[in-house]
Amino acid sequence: MAAVTAPLAADPLTIPRARGFRHRWYRTPSFVAGLVIVGLMVGLAIAAPVVAPYNPDHQDLEHILAGSSAHHWLGTDELGRDEWSRMLYAARVDLRVGFLAVLFPFILGTTLGCVAGYYARFADTLIMRLVDVVVAFPFTVLIIAMVFVLGPGTRSIYIAITLVGWVSYARIIRGEILVQKRQEYVLAARGAGLGDRRIIIRHLLPNVITQAIVFSMSDIVLDILAIVTLGYLGLGIQPPTPDWGAMIADGQQFLTTKWELSTFPGIAIVITGLGLSLLGDGLADLLRAE
Amino acid sequence: MNDPLLEVRDLRVEIPLARGVVHAVDGVSFSVGAGEALGLVGESGCGKSMTLRAILGLLPRPAEISSGQVMFGGIDLVAMAPRPLRDIRGRSISMIFQEPMTALNPVMRVGEQIAEGPQHHLGQSRRSARARALELMRMVGIPDPVRRARAYPHELSGGMRQRVMIAIALSCSPQLILCDEPTTALDVTIQDQILKLLLSLRKETGVAVVLVTHDLAVVAETCDSLAVMYAGEVVETGAVGDVFRLPRHPYTLGLMRSVPDFDVVRDSLASIPGTPPDLVSSFEGCRFAPRCQFAKQDCLAGTFPLRVAPGGRQTACIHDEECAEAARRDPVVSSA
Amino acid sequence: MDLASYVLRRLVQMVPVALGVTLLVFFMIHLVPGDPARTILGVHASPQRIALLHKEWGLDHPLWVQYKDFMDRLVIHGNLSDSLIYHESARALIIDRLPPTLWLLGYAAVLSVVIAVPLAALAASKRDALRDQTVRVVPLVGLGFPAFWTAIMLLLLVALHSGGFFPVGGYGSGLPGHLRAMFLPGLTVALGIAPILIRSLRASLLNVLESDYVVTARSKGISERRVLVRHALRNGIISMVTVLGVNIGFLVGGTLVVEQVFAIPGIGLLMINAIFQRDFPVVQGITLAFAIMVVLVYLTTDVLHALLDPRVRFD
Repeated sequence: MAAVTAPLAADPLTIPRARGFRHRWYRTPSFVAGLVIVGLMVGLAIAAPVVAPYNPDHQDLEHILAGSSAHHWLGTDELGRDEWSRMLYAARVDLRVGFLAVLFPFILGTTLGCVAGYYARFADTLIMRLVDVVVAFPFTVLIIAMVFVLGPGTRSIYIAITLVGWVSYARIIRGEILVQKRQEYVLAARGAGLGDRRIIIRHLLPNVITQAIVFSMSDIVLDILAIVTLGYLGLGIQPPTPDWGAMIADGQQFLTTKWELSTFPGIAIVITGLGLSLLGDGLADLLRAE
Repeated sequence: MNDPLLEVRDLRVEIPLARGVVHAVDGVSFSVGAGEALGLVGESGCGKSMTLRAILGLLPRPAEISSGQVMFGGIDLVAMAPRPLRDIRGRSISMIFQEPMTALNPVMRVGEQIAEGPQHHLGQSRRSARARALELMRMVGIPDPVRRARAYPHELSGGMRQRVMIAIALSCSPQLILCDEPTTALDVTIQDQILKLLLSLRKETGVAVVLVTHDLAVVAETCDSLAVMYAGEVVETGAVGDVFRLPRHPYTLGLMRSVPDFDVVRDSLASIPGTPPDLVSSFEGCRFAPRCQFAKQDCLAGTFPLRVAPGGRQTACIHDEECAEAARRDPVVSSA
Repeated sequence: MDLASYVLRRLVQMVPVALGVTLLVFFMIHLVPGDPARTILGVHASPQRIALLHKEWGLDHPLWVQYKDFMDRLVIHGNLSDSLIYHESARALIIDRLPPTLWLLGYAAVLSVVIAVPLAALAASKRDALRDQTVRVVPLVGLGFPAFWTAIMLLLLVALHSGGFFPVGGYGSGLPGHLRAMFLPGLTVALGIAPILIRSLRASLLNVLESDYVVTARSKGISERRVLVRHALRNGIISMVTVLGVNIGFLVGGTLVVEQVFAIPGIGLLMINAIFQRDFPVVQGITLAFAIMVVLVYLTTDVLHALLDPRVRFD
C-alpha cells in the first residue's frame, strides 16, 4: 500500500489572469473608444491655431450667414465669422477651463474627505454638515448665483465650481477611508508607530483615490456643462473669446434661417461628454477588475 | 426496489466565464426514493448547490445544464418547458436555502410569503391560505404564529427565519424537499433544533429530502443514504451507516478522518493534503489522485464512473477494497 | 420607533442644515468683490443711492448684527429685502411666479419616470443582451446634453413644425393649455435627468433580480409576472424613490435655462432677469427658495422611504 508521493502529471492548470492596467487597457473597448474621442477633441483644440482656417474674430463681410462651402466648411455667423474656426477655438477654451476646473474641487474635496474619514467624530460631523448645506442647493443654481455675485469671467467660474464641487469628492473619499481604515495594513502601520499624516498620504490615499479619479471624468462633463450654460447666459467666458454656449445663444435668433449655428456647437458638447463618459466607464471597469 | 422518486442521470452544468468554461457539475448521478433522505456531501465548490438548483431549473445566469436528465415521476425535468416546470416547483418539489436573511423578501410579511404557494398552486382564497400559513407555522414550531405572521423577516431571529423557510417549503405538501445547507448559517444550538424539526416533519409527512451539506455530522443525524461529491462528480453512494463504517472511496475516508469524533480517540486530526482542482481544466485520470494516499499508476489515465460495489453501494474508486481495508483497521466510527 | 418620531428626528437633524443654508445665502452678499452696494448698483450709481442701500441693508453694522437682522426678517416676517427693480418684497414676487415652475418640475418628474422606468426594466430583464447594451448607450450620450441646447433642439424639431400645438413659449392658460405648453419644457428637463435615473434604476433592478429572495420566489413556482411585481418591483420602487429624491437637485437646476428658452414665467426666468438687472435681493431670495424646495424633497423622500421599507424604522 505504498502511497504515491511524487507530483502527478494531472496537475490542473489555472489560467493566470492578465495582470496590470498596462496589459489590459487596450482590450477594454469603452476605455479605448473614450480615449480616441477625447484625444481627438483635445488634439483639435490644442492644434486650433494651426488647424483653423481663420481667426475666430475674422469677419468675412461678403459671406454673412452663409451656408457651408469650400471657404467655410460650416458656414458663417451673422458677423461673417467662420463657424468651424470658432468651434475649434471654443473647444480650446471650454476644454481647458473644464479640465482645469476639476482639479481644485478634487484636491479640496479629497483633503476634507480624508480628514472627515480618518479623524471621524467631530471633524466628520462638521464636514458632513457642511456637505449637507451645500447639497441643499441645486448645483446649477448655486453656480450661477455665485458667478453673478463674483462677477462674470473665468476666475469666478473656477471659484464657484471649487466651492460647490468639492462635495462629491469629499463624500467618496470619506466613504472609502471609513472602509479602508479598518483594514489590516492600516492597523499594521499604526502599530508600527507611523504618524497619521504619513498613514493617510502614503498608505490610505493610493487605495482610495481611484474612485475619485473615476468620478472626476463625469465631473469634467458636469463642469463643461456648467461652463457652457454660463456662456449661454452671458455670465461665463466673456466675448470676444468664443465659447460653445455663447455660440448657441448667438445662433438662437437665427433658428429658422440658419439652424446650424446653434446646432453644431451643441453636437460638439455632446461628443465631448460621450468621450469623457466612455473614458470614465472604461477606467472604472479596468480599475475594478484589478 | 421500487421506482425512485427522483433520479438524476449524468447531469452536467457549465458556467461560461471570461477565463474559461467551468464544469461545475460534471456527470452527477444519484437517486432518491419516496420518503427517503439523501445527504449530498462535499467541500465548498464541489458543485452540490449547483446540482440542487439545476434540478429545479434555478441556475443563476450564465450557468446552464449542458447535458443529463433529471427524472421525476417518469418525466425529464431538464427537457421540460418552463410552464410545466413552474407547476412542479413549490408544488411537488420545493427548496430551502442557506441564508434565510437574504432568501426572504425583506418588504413582505412572513405570513404572506408562506401563504403565496397555496394561493397560487392550490387555488386557495386569501383567507384559507392565511389559515394554512398559521397551521404551518405551528407545525414548524413558531410560537405565537398569529402575531409572528405579521412580522417582517428582519424582525425574526435566524432560527425563526429558517423555520419560516421550512414552512414555505411544506406549504403545498410536496413530495420532495431540496435543502441547500439549511443549517450552515445558524448557531450550533439552533442548528440542532432545525435538524430535529426536519426529522420530525419527515416522519409526519413522509416527504423525501435531499440535504446538501459539508457537515458529516448533519448527514449522520438526519439521512438514510448519502452521496459524496468531489470536483463536480459523485464519487461514492450508499446507506449512511454503511458508508460511515466502510468508506469505499479515499476522499470519503479522508473526509471522515478530518472530522473530530469524541468517541474515537486519535492521535492527530488528519486533513486531506492539497486543494480541490480548478473546474475549468480538463482532467487526465482520477480527479482526486493528486491528493490520494492510495493512488497508483492506473489512476492517472482514463475515466472513473460510478460502479456497483458490494452491499448496494456505488463507488468511483478502483481501489475501493484497499480503502475499505484501511477503514476496517483504523475505524472512523466507533460502533455500527 | 414609529413614523411620527422618525419624521421628528429627521426634522431636528435638518435644523443645522437649515441654519447653514441661511448663512450661505446671507453671505452671498459679502462674496461680492469690493463694496457690495457699489458693485450691485453699478458704476453709474450716485453716492446717495449707495448710501441709501448701505442704510437699508445695514451694511455698516457688524456682521453678526446683519445676520441677526437677516434672520429676523426671514423667520419672523418670512421676507427678505425688497426688490431693487420692482420695489415690492422679494417674497411676493417669488410666490407670484412659483406656480409655473412647480408645474414644470412636476411634469418633468412624471415624464422622467415614464421614460426611465420602462427603459431600465427592459435593460435589466436580460442582462448584457442587445436590449441592455442599447439602453446603456442612452446615459453615455445623454449626460452630455446641455439642457438649454436640448430645449433649443426640441423647439427647432418639434415646436416649429407642430403648427402651434406645442407653443414655442409661454405658460398657456387653462389645464389643457398648460399641458400642451409645458410638455416640451418638461420633456427637456426630464431628458436631462433621465440618463442618471436609467443608470441607477437599472443597477438596482439588476441587484433585486439577482437577489436570493427572487430565487426563493421562483422556487415557489409562482408565475414570473408575480415574481416581478410582488417581489422584484416592491423592492425596486424603494430604490427608485431614493434615486429620484437624491437627484432632485439636477431636476431643479435644469429649470432655469429651460424657462429662459421657452419664456415660462416662473422663478427660474425671474432669477435670470434679476441677474441681468442686478436685482440682488431677488437673486438671493430665489436661491433660498430653491434650497427650501430641495430640502423639502429630501425630507419627503426620507419619509416615503421609511413608509415603503419596513427595515428603516428599526435603525
